Amino acid sequence: MIGVGKIKQYANVLDKPLSKGKQEVSLSAFAFLFSELVQYNQTQVDNIAELERRLEDAGYAVGARVLELLCHRDKGNRRETRLLGILSFVHSTVWKVLFGKVADSLEKGTEHEDEYMISEKELLVNKFISIPKDMGTFNCGAFVAGIVRGVLDSAGFPAVVTAHFVPMEGQQRPRTTILIKFAEEVLRREASTYNRIVKR
Amino acid sequence: MAPAAPRTGEAIFASVERVNAELFTLTYGAIVRQLLTDLEEVEEVNKQLDQMGYNIGIRLIDEFLAKSNVSRCVDFKETAEVIAKVGFKMFLGVTASVTNWDAEGTCCSIVLEDNPLVDFVELPDTCQGLYYCNILSGVVRGALEMVSMKTEVTWIRDMLRGDDAYELQVKLLKQVPEEYPYKDDE
Repeated sequence: MIGVGKIKQYANVLDKPLSKGKQEVSLSAFAFLFSELVQYNQTQVDNIAELERRLEDAGYAVGARVLELLCHRDKGNRRETRLLGILSFVHSTVWKVLFGKVADSLEKGTEHEDEYMISEKELLVNKFISIPKDMGTFNCGAFVAGIVRGVLDSAGFPAVVTAHFVPMEGQQRPRTTILIKFAEEVLRREASTYNRIVKR
Repeated sequence: MAPAAPRTGEAIFASVERVNAELFTLTYGAIVRQLLTDLEEVEEVNKQLDQMGYNIGIRLIDEFLAKSNVSRCVDFKETAEVIAKVGFKMFLGVTASVTNWDAEGTCCSIVLEDNPLVDFVELPDTCQGLYYCNILSGVVRGALEMVSMKTEVTWIRDMLRGDDAYELQVKLLKQVPEEYPYKDDE
């Protein structure tokens, strides 16, 4: 019947069956939307740090929901409880769902025990973004850093997460590294007796 | 004149780069939430979403014309069909149908068969006046303005507000005659 959409109505959003997550929209649609997010936030701030913080906040909200969604759909209502487990969950599962590919690399910081880095040669959100000179080190990847922080924090791994451009030799565009610095309590818990005994 | 062959955006959508709709949905949700926190008034949020859509629309039309190979539409009826069948498909991967034409052929409804913006969404009591998808109306308005059509785009039905479909009314206000941006003697 013309004029009636095919979408079924549910009284409550929770009654609705969870989608399989196979639906797609065009990359341009996302890029347009993301550009509006950045532009709007630019009107709300006085400096770069604030802008990054706001993008990170927006990302955090996405991350928290992504964790919930993926744990429910892909992991049978379980979530990772160990540090390396959750890191590889972010690097593989989350990345694959959100950006269609596993992240280029996941590394442990060499100088600090509590630092990990996820790097991406061409981060999806930065694909159509070039940073004006006067904006210095600003990186729209702050949004993705926020997503990562949202996932980690909601899973019980509080961390400070930041996005940085790292120039690459022989490449015109720098890659983006998401730097994860875990809170002290996370590392303490990770090293605790319980975690040493219960090896899985 | 024989009606133009039915056109769809199917092939174009299949050929462009795509991203997971959930990333799109959740990012849009984050934007709406940010606006609600910043602007507080639901009315203001509706306005801002419409403005964002408009900003997108005036840029999106270029990509649309470049990739869709759509030639000039003979009338507003064809325009509406193209938006519903090609435009929505090409960018959002969903189709829409055009219905409820008025007698003059200047006002119609676009009914969405699927809407990737609203997955996981439920409006809390405090946001009942919110047109959650208002960005879409802005996009249509902005894009049409760039091809010389002044329109008014409003939501008639919204499932988040308890209706049975997503229905966008597009009303043609006037066709702006095309003008050269310069005069010959200048």
